[in-house]
Amino acid sequence: MPGAISPALAQAAGAATAPLDVSLRINGTERRLSLDPRTTLLDALREHLHLTGSKKGCGLGQCGACTVLMDGMRVKACLSLAALAQGREIKTIEGLAQGEELHPLQAAFIERDAFQCGYCTSGQIMAGVACISEDHAGSPQEIREWMSGNLCRCGAYDHIVAAIQDAAAVSSSKQEG
Amino acid sequence: MTAALIGKSVSRVDGRLKVTGAATYAAEFEVPNLAHAAVVRSIAANGRIAIDTAKAERAPGVIAVVTHRNAPRLAYQPHKGLPDAAVGERLHVLQDDRVNHQGQPIALVVAETLEQAVYAAQVVRVTYRNEAAATDMESVDPVLPTGKPAEWEIRRGEPDSAFEQAEFRVDQTYVIPRENHNPIEMFATIASWQDNSLTLWDKTQWVHNVAEEIAAVFGIAADNVRVISPFVGGAFGSGLRCWPHVTLAALGARVAGRPVKLVLSRREMYYGVGYRPHTVQRAALGASRDGQLHAIRHEGFQETSTYEEFTEALLSATRFLHSCPNVHTRHRIAPMNVHTPTYMRAPGEASGMYALESAMDELAVALNMDPVELRLRNEPDRDEFKDLPFSSRSTKECYRAAAERFGWAQRNAAPRSMRDGRWLIGWGMASATYPMNYAPASALARLLPDGTAEVMSAASDMGPGTWTSMTQVAADTLGLPIERVKFTLGDTRLPRAPIHGGSMTMASVGSAVQAACRKARDEALARADANEIEEAMKRLGQVIEATADVAPGDETKRFSMHAFGAVFVEVAVDPDLGETRVRRMVGAYGAGRVVNPKIARSQCIGGMIGGIGMALMEHSVVDPRNGRVTNANLAEYAVPVHADAPPVMDVIFVDEHDPHVNPLGVKGLGEIALVGVAPAIANAIFHATGKRVRELPITPDKLL
Repeated sequence: MPGAISPALAQAAGAATAPLDVSLRINGTERRLSLDPRTTLLDALREHLHLTGSKKGCGLGQCGACTVLMDGMRVKACLSLAALAQGREIKTIEGLAQGEELHPLQAAFIERDAFQCGYCTSGQIMAGVACISEDHAGSPQEIREWMSGNLCRCGAYDHIVAAIQDAAAVSSSKQEG
Repeated sequence: MTAALIGKSVSRVDGRLKVTGAATYAAEFEVPNLAHAAVVRSIAANGRIAIDTAKAERAPGVIAVVTHRNAPRLAYQPHKGLPDAAVGERLHVLQDDRVNHQGQPIALVVAETLEQAVYAAQVVRVTYRNEAAATDMESVDPVLPTGKPAEWEIRRGEPDSAFEQAEFRVDQTYVIPRENHNPIEMFATIASWQDNSLTLWDKTQWVHNVAEEIAAVFGIAADNVRVISPFVGGAFGSGLRCWPHVTLAALGARVAGRPVKLVLSRREMYYGVGYRPHTVQRAALGASRDGQLHAIRHEGFQETSTYEEFTEALLSATRFLHSCPNVHTRHRIAPMNVHTPTYMRAPGEASGMYALESAMDELAVALNMDPVELRLRNEPDRDEFKDLPFSSRSTKECYRAAAERFGWAQRNAAPRSMRDGRWLIGWGMASATYPMNYAPASALARLLPDGTAEVMSAASDMGPGTWTSMTQVAADTLGLPIERVKFTLGDTRLPRAPIHGGSMTMASVGSAVQAACRKARDEALARADANEIEEAMKRLGQVIEATADVAPGDETKRFSMHAFGAVFVEVAVDPDLGETRVRRMVGAYGAGRVVNPKIARSQCIGGMIGGIGMALMEHSVVDPRNGRVTNANLAEYAVPVHADAPPVMDVIFVDEHDPHVNPLGVKGLGEIALVGVAPAIANAIFHATGKRVRELPITPDKLL
């Protein structure tokens, strides 16, 4: 569970000065870091690995801008300690496209104009990818419910839902094909 | 020749950067040797402080703890930027032991890592000597702002007697709570000094103003401050001013002797930047049986700080939106121990029109008249306040187009008359208006021999699509395919652009881009003796560069220039639980030329969603005892989420050609999209329930 701290880690956090060696598997690549035990997965990505595609919008798990996939499940990277993500498969927005070829949901976001400022977009897309793989994209209403943990202050919701529907259709036609 | 690009639904040119996470926002620039900062903020609303920093200084990784005791004395030379309050003096940070509001910065910690900075900030010990503080607006006597009383109190005709004699009267008080912009990107600044020159990577809606303000604060030349801000993760007005944290970041970098990054926490977003002020308005309308308005009296007052007089265009629209011979408006402020409010999307109009358009609906009910009909009967043929013709005004077309699309003719006017199962259904509408703003702007166009072009202006893009729309205007003007034009913004080294607010970017920067491109193109074609730009550039084999400065002429003296619109809304209210769901929204706008209908629609539905927040959810709850915001986070300050978005959202741009406003003929869309939404929803809720709620947000408790 994100946020749960083992007694050993809690002790390390209290000392604060002793860095932890952490090995993170991000977008298929092993990354070794020496981190303050208090470092969240989000800050490890943004401040230590310069993977700034995952966004910080609150640091409290309330906005969803930091959503990444951990072993295929969507999690809020701001509520996950980096040290506890060791051994998990982490996918961020930077790892979604296949080289130059965008993921169908990324392409649909551009086509549907599913963003304005772009700051919540990484989180919306990662949550959207999970929403589709969880089979929660059956109808606009279902998408709205299952995407409600990702805030968009520019109010692009209508277009985000359309983009997820488009990508879900691509994904199901691929499965059928 | 290439097809016309202005008016075409082009996908965003920065789309790929944004969907791959590659767009770089303020906190995301890689600067070597970066240290991290955290702010300690006052938990008293008024008084004096004593600070003990010993423990913080000893904490691991701490480089510096800056307080009023050791901070360098800053120059704070006079500087008034356009978004600053006209009267008063900005907050000076860490210069003395006084605090005058909750959340005022009182110490800055700089450390090797973010974790270390945040920890050390928590162990800074502060003792307060509290003094009496004004934190309850109900106990503060509002006053006229400084300046000529005639600016704040305006009278036309005989409003008092006309109101007294009117056959039908509405006289009610409408309240809007404090609201916070809450862009998803939190404010962030990276500051880096090289000798006496400063580079700031900053979240801002106006790079040049940040450079000028920070130069004044530190007593250096503005040319020595470079501000870089290519992407802004939403702002909605919160990034118009340069706030104290920018000074803090620069100060921290100077004291630490290395680059410093400062990112506000979400909680700090309720204290470190401004907000839409808590506003109390009284609106009184008098009319005859035929619906003719005979009197409008509209007054309001808003919270402001003790150190600056914030005012906004609260009552402007009341003076010209509806025809009326007798009008009185009075604008006052309530100075309190709070930090200074600021402009938030459609500042003034969003708040003022909530009262005016709610009162119009109440009048329609009193008259037993359709609310659209009431507005049509009071449609003015000129601006009766300025006594000028409108450059264009498409209110009637907007009412007609939106009503038809909505199916308004099917409405049963009686409250509680429409149902869907157990849900009460309500249909409501309101007008919208926002001024056309056009300000001086400059742009540079550079044509290259390979037939591509670079075009630039120090504009911002907080989301409306400046990157894209300017590329369209440039490519269209140059006659080049859009892929061959690269537009750049967000850097003080580029030609100056006006503030990215007040819906003026398209009008101003767009006109400058068009003028610069036209100049470069004409020169290239003339020098190469060619008819086609790519051929001309090939022949010339050299760079052609042109800059252009545009500025408004005397049109403001000849015309009253505004965008107009209408918003129609369907709500469903749960009669047992008091929950309101917005089911359908139709907005029609007469906003001149629309450069990119695809992204313009996004801007408009975004404004509608913002309006749902204003009507039903948003409220920064300020504890009247101490001025503390009790819900300073995104779980307790409710904003619309996916599930709150109406299943049906419709945007109509009525055809409007306005040759007077600016060379591009655009009026701007960012603000008007929010105006009118809250009253339309409030009016729909009255229609659904028979209950008139005059205090936003309309939460379930107010309907039970």
